[in-house]
Amino acid sequence: MNFYAITAIYKFEMARTFRTLLQSIISPVISTALYFVVFGSAIGSRMEKIENIEYGSFIVPGLIMLTVLMQSVSNASFAIYFPKFLGTIYEILSAPVSYIEIIIGYVGAAATKSFIIGIIILVTATLFVDVQIEHPVMMLFLLALTCISFSLFGFILGIWAKSFEQLNLVPLLILTPLVFLGGSFYSIDMLPPIWQQITLFNPVVYLVSGLRWSFFGTADVSIMYSLIAISLFTFICVGIISWIFKTGYRLRK
Amino acid sequence: MSPIISVKNLTKTYDNGFQALRNLSLEIEEGEILALLGPNGAGKTTLISAVCGLLSVPENKIIVGGFDVSADYKSSRSLIGLVPQEITIEPFETIKNAVSFSRGLFGKRRNDPYIDQLLKDLSLYDKRDDKIMMLSGGMKRRVMIAKALSHEPRILFLDEPTAGVDVELRKDMWKVVAKLRQSGVSVILTTHYIEEAEEIADRIGVINKGELLLVEGKNELMRRMGSKNLTIELQSPATEIPSTLSHYNLTLSDDGLQLNYQYDVRASKTGIVDLLSELKKASFKLRDLQTSQSSLEEIFVNLVRN
Repeated sequence: MNFYAITAIYKFEMARTFRTLLQSIISPVISTALYFVVFGSAIGSRMEKIENIEYGSFIVPGLIMLTVLMQSVSNASFAIYFPKFLGTIYEILSAPVSYIEIIIGYVGAAATKSFIIGIIILVTATLFVDVQIEHPVMMLFLLALTCISFSLFGFILGIWAKSFEQLNLVPLLILTPLVFLGGSFYSIDMLPPIWQQITLFNPVVYLVSGLRWSFFGTADVSIMYSLIAISLFTFICVGIISWIFKTGYRLRK
Repeated sequence: MSPIISVKNLTKTYDNGFQALRNLSLEIEEGEILALLGPNGAGKTTLISAVCGLLSVPENKIIVGGFDVSADYKSSRSLIGLVPQEITIEPFETIKNAVSFSRGLFGKRRNDPYIDQLLKDLSLYDKRDDKIMMLSGGMKRRVMIAKALSHEPRILFLDEPTAGVDVELRKDMWKVVAKLRQSGVSVILTTHYIEEAEEIADRIGVINKGELLLVEGKNELMRRMGSKNLTIELQSPATEIPSTLSHYNLTLSDDGLQLNYQYDVRASKTGIVDLLSELKKASFKLRDLQTSQSSLEEIFVNLVRN
């Protein structure tokens, strides 16, 4: 295992985060704080409790998941797309590094950033609403697994994308609707029965539900289903990346 | 001694059907400087990319330092430093961080004294904490060389390293290459500047349309393929060349004071002695004689045309 290479990639990517602190960390925190102000304090104070939880507190796991998902995809896709765009990818491809080492470096850095942002948002939430976590270890585990799996997805996206437009297409047209319709701001029990069934095809439902369970001990779907869903998603992403590096898809001619 | 790089019957066809390399074989010895010459699209960069791992290559086609570039890619790539044709470099990073990153990527522990010395050798040390985006094109080219040398490779590929750089920097780079050769590093460079190959290479390879036309020692190549020109200066201007000398294919200068005779250095008889004797018989009075050899550029043009 080329640990020096993993460390080099990881540190290089983390350095980019700290160079662009405003864009990388402060920006998502401010936008999430605005969600808390609008949905938590302003609208939330007029909403009924959901499953005996104040609305402002109820949306905390959903908001964390919303930001972490988007950030994981954005961080990882940009991290690998930017070297492709600049042409500096030649250095990675000509270096004695395996695809596993490349993934650990890039995805590790992207997931770390998202995880940090997730924790910062959690801390920010405590300034606006009452937050209690029933299963803190499971909460951290689910959060880390989500960061890793969606960073893997972002990595695939970054390799697939041929332009900045394509890079933004998937988050904008697929991920954002899935996240907003995945129960971030509501319980799926509040939907009409037919929509409750349709919603179960949305993978984000399982993530939000799992994280909500770790906070409140109640969820839309069983925690086991959530763990299976996110593990399955992770394995699929690893499989696709393995195929990409074996075939050189959009990397080697 | 086995070659440091061995390419055997390599053919590379891109997805669009373009055949960039055709059954190309090449061996490069340790410590030598090989210049690859060829027109645009000849296959020079494709060959370099294949050796460096930027292209997918079947097994047993390219061996570097005894390691197959496909089957044992980690061992082979750790021996190679690559300076690509385009200036592709992270603009927001400092020089020192960018070079240290490259060293780590190639599996080497951080070594500040070595990196500092490398930056000094390339006249980058004073700017080590500057962001790369602030540098001139020539300085960026130096940074790319520093990155390629950061992990102390045994082989260095320079893909048109002096394209678009000024004469001073070009000569600086020649010095760097000469120093690398002294330390035993094998250097493979592609260039459009024939004088560059003539100046620093031990051997010349000429590639065209994906085929390696020849690989030969620079001096042997010039001796073997170069024709020589004998310039005969006359004391008084001649108006025409006598018909008795027609088989020498002489040319007369416009002012009538110079006769030019081209001869083949490989021929057993150059015909010079006979020519001088016949000139004397024809009552030409000679002032001086000069010989000159055709340049590598002329040899290259002839090869590619044919």
